[in-house]
Amino acid sequence: MKAIADRRHHRMAPVVLLLLALLLTGAVYAALSPTPAEATAASEDDIAAGAALFRTNCATCHGPGAEGRDGYPSLIGVGAAAVDFQVSTGRMPMQATGPQAPAKPPVFDEEQIAQLAAYVASLAPGPSIPTADQVDPAGGDAANGMALFRTNCAMCHGSIGRGGALTEGKYAPSLGGSTPTQIYEAMLTGPSSMPVFNDANITPEEKQDIIAFLEEQKQGSPGGTDLGAVGPVSEGLWVWVVGMGLLLGAAVWIGAKSA
Amino acid sequence: MSQNTTQSRGATAAAATADYLDQRTGIGIAVKNFARKVFPDHWSFLLGEIALYSFLVLVLTGIFLTFFFVPSMGMTVYEGPFAPMDGVEMSEAFASVLNISFEVTGGLLIRQIHHWAALLFIAAIVTHMMRVFFTGAFRKPREVNWLVGFVLMLLGLAAGFSGYSLPDDVLSGNGLRIADGVARSIPIVGSYASFLLFGGEFPGEVIIPRLYAVHILLVPGLILALVGLHLLLVVLHKHTHYAGPGRTERNVVGYPLFPVYVAKAGGFFFIVFGVLALMGATMTINPVWNYGPYDPSPVSAGAQPDWYMLFLEGGLRLMPGQGTEWVIAGFTIPMNILVPGVIIPGLLFTVLGAYPFVEAWVTGDRREHHIAERPRNNPVRTGVGVATLTAFFVLVVAGSNDILATHFGLSINDITWVLRVALIVAPPVAFWATKRICLGLQRKDRELVLHGHETGRIVRFASGEYIEVHRPLDEYERWVRVAHEPKRPVALLPAYDERGVRRKGYRRDALRARVSRIFFEDRVDPVTPAELVAAQAHGEHDALPSASAEPVGALPAAEAAVDRGADAHQA
Ligand code: HEC
Ligand code: HEC
Ligand code: HEM
Repeated sequence: MKAIADRRHHRMAPVVLLLLALLLTGAVYAALSPTPAEATAASEDDIAAGAALFRTNCATCHGPGAEGRDGYPSLIGVGAAAVDFQVSTGRMPMQATGPQAPAKPPVFDEEQIAQLAAYVASLAPGPSIPTADQVDPAGGDAANGMALFRTNCAMCHGSIGRGGALTEGKYAPSLGGSTPTQIYEAMLTGPSSMPVFNDANITPEEKQDIIAFLEEQKQGSPGGTDLGAVGPVSEGLWVWVVGMGLLLGAAVWIGAKSA
Repeated sequence: MSQNTTQSRGATAAAATADYLDQRTGIGIAVKNFARKVFPDHWSFLLGEIALYSFLVLVLTGIFLTFFFVPSMGMTVYEGPFAPMDGVEMSEAFASVLNISFEVTGGLLIRQIHHWAALLFIAAIVTHMMRVFFTGAFRKPREVNWLVGFVLMLLGLAAGFSGYSLPDDVLSGNGLRIADGVARSIPIVGSYASFLLFGGEFPGEVIIPRLYAVHILLVPGLILALVGLHLLLVVLHKHTHYAGPGRTERNVVGYPLFPVYVAKAGGFFFIVFGVLALMGATMTINPVWNYGPYDPSPVSAGAQPDWYMLFLEGGLRLMPGQGTEWVIAGFTIPMNILVPGVIIPGLLFTVLGAYPFVEAWVTGDRREHHIAERPRNNPVRTGVGVATLTAFFVLVVAGSNDILATHFGLSINDITWVLRVALIVAPPVAFWATKRICLGLQRKDRELVLHGHETGRIVRFASGEYIEVHRPLDEYERWVRVAHEPKRPVALLPAYDERGVRRKGYRRDALRARVSRIFFEDRVDPVTPAELVAAQAHGEHDALPSASAEPVGALPAAEAAVDRGADAHQA
């Protein structure tokens, strides 16, 4: 301390201070600034860390070089978007064989997912993770999104994306819990039986419209509880349970009043 | 009233008007007679009323909706508060439904009450019909009223389907498309029928205005008229009642219509309205804004009709598609639609409508019946009813197969195969099981009547003998268990009469004898008075004095009015 105090009038002191201040702002900026989702080119470190994660968690199925084997798809060229989608929805690493890999709480944190994505993306070019701007629901037109959803998605996911059955135990899941990024990635990569909607099929702006429409659905129904939003079947169930249930109760009560 | 000498001016005026009307129309006698009608009290007799009151609610809320609904297929562009539809092209009908839902004050509430009331209406009709069926209340003289009720049920389905189709959303359009397909599947007339219905190629421009006329004028008008006839017949025949002391085939025991019954019924109307308002206020129904305006190309997952049409949808879903389209001389006969869409419902409805006449023929019973049977005392009829309901239920489940698949994590293909088998196997099994259960219950009734309730009290006599004390049934308990008459298969007269000539109509009689045997071969006869006396004599010592029966004949006569005598039935 004494030494610093002695040299505070040194003529190099302002330069040192300035350097220190610059370093500090740089560090604070680095810590606080929003990192663009994907814009930063993955570093060699990320790829190496991703490769290590892949070897321990994924290689048993997808092969040591992600080249795939019998029954397990090759990941060469699927891109960062596919990995981010599969791992952030918890589908991968897959746990049990079944008609399709179910979504579950994700096993890896965001950093690890980014590392895995970086590794798979480094194998061959493929669709990358969309930017925050691209998936911002505020930038989409929900009315157009509804029209697009109805012609492209509703036959599997239901009218407002509450899910539907496909053949042999496969199903299109409910989209109620999907993040805008996952919705975009699902269209881009077409997981399992879902078709790929590339940018020629559905342009990036239209994808944003669909996201806006799906986000709109999270506000709930203006008519009260939505009864699962699965249509007339649940309405029919509830009219018997609530309607006939209460009224039969009332009828028994009125009938019993005589005796 | 009689002490009240100083009447208010209003009351005097009312009395004068009433007197004026009475002298010109003689309505007083009608009112008096009507007010003194007796209606028996039992919860199952209120099911028809639930249907009646939901119909009233339908009419009230429906009138409100007609003020705002636009029955037109003309195209328009939506500009309204519902953002996800802003700028979307749609029919005026659909736009007006969005308007009712999002702009008209109270519109969404009334729309939802109307739709819930429609679902409840048919649920109540079906339950009411089950009550009438299982208690044999369709027997003479009420066969015609059964037919009236049966037509009312068909009209209820027509009202529901036509209303469901009006908003011109994707789901209702899908429903109409299926109706179109079913119409077309009928050989020869099919495509003409479809063109006639839609005024040209589906969907055309006229179906919504036409359905509107059907939905708000034709069907409700017919329902109103037939409900009037239905209730008139109930009044003329008098209501059935359940067996009990003092309740016979020749009287009705219950409360006079006025004031007790009217008060109860009026109260019940408000309960029905209240339940429907509650549902309309808190539970979304038919959110057409989710489905979007009709466009023939998209079909979304989870596309189903309202519950009462689900059995038809189920039939279509279960029917194998491959190899069931027959091509005969260049014409396609689509059995895959014809069978589940036309033949099966046609059979089902014919059997339902004709059942009272079938049963009357089988039993050869031409007497009037005013005591409602306990379902267990007619095991074959009850079994037939349960088997029919089972088939209906299997079809409803089949119509919901995709929802089941997603909600229970099952494979839709497996569900379909299981239900195909169930449709054929489950009804006979249900019939057999129901019949067995009914016979078992009858045996238990016999047991109870003859030996009384087990009390669990063991008594040891001085001689060392142990007995369990049985408490005999009281009058009411016993009556319901012994009132019915024993049934026998009809006897078949020999094929040749005493002169050796072949009898005319022998074959028909033989068929009837065979069916009648199916009905009544397995039976448990009710306890006869002689058997009862014998059993009591033998069981004398088990009935300790403290547990003896209450004195017989304590009818609560003060409250119960009795519509007595055969003459009353001819009135
Ligand atoms: C052929 C049927 C089909 C169509 C059409 C389809 N999907 Fe899918 N979708 C699926 C299936 C199946 C899955 C589940 C994939 C899996 O689990 O691997 C899925 C999954 C998704 C997911 C992920 C949900 C989750 O659980 O995280 C999103 C988001 C999605 N789809 C959006 C869309 C959108 C948007 C469209 C229209 C542009 C669309 N889908 C069209 C079948 C379909
Ligand atoms: C138990 C075996 C198994 C493990 C472990 C596994 N996967 Fe998969 N993976 C599969 C199968 C099977 C599919 C095809 C699934 C489908 O179509 O639904 C698949 C599909 C994928 C896809 C989609 C490929 C495409 O064409 O879009 C990606 C990406 C993926 N896995 C990444 C991973 C990653 C990353 C890991 C490690 C964290 C991993 N998987 C672990 C079995 C596995
Ligand atoms: C619009 C639909 C209907 C309405 C509003 C209605 C209303 C009623 C009411 C209020 C009663 C008297 C109370 C009761 O027994 O519940 C009744 C009796 C009766 N209904 Fe209906 N009903 C309808 C449909 C049907 C149907 C579908 C059937 C059968 C096919 C049917 C057959 C009968 C018979 C036979 C009785 C006399 C019952 C008896 O005296 O025990 N009704 N109906």
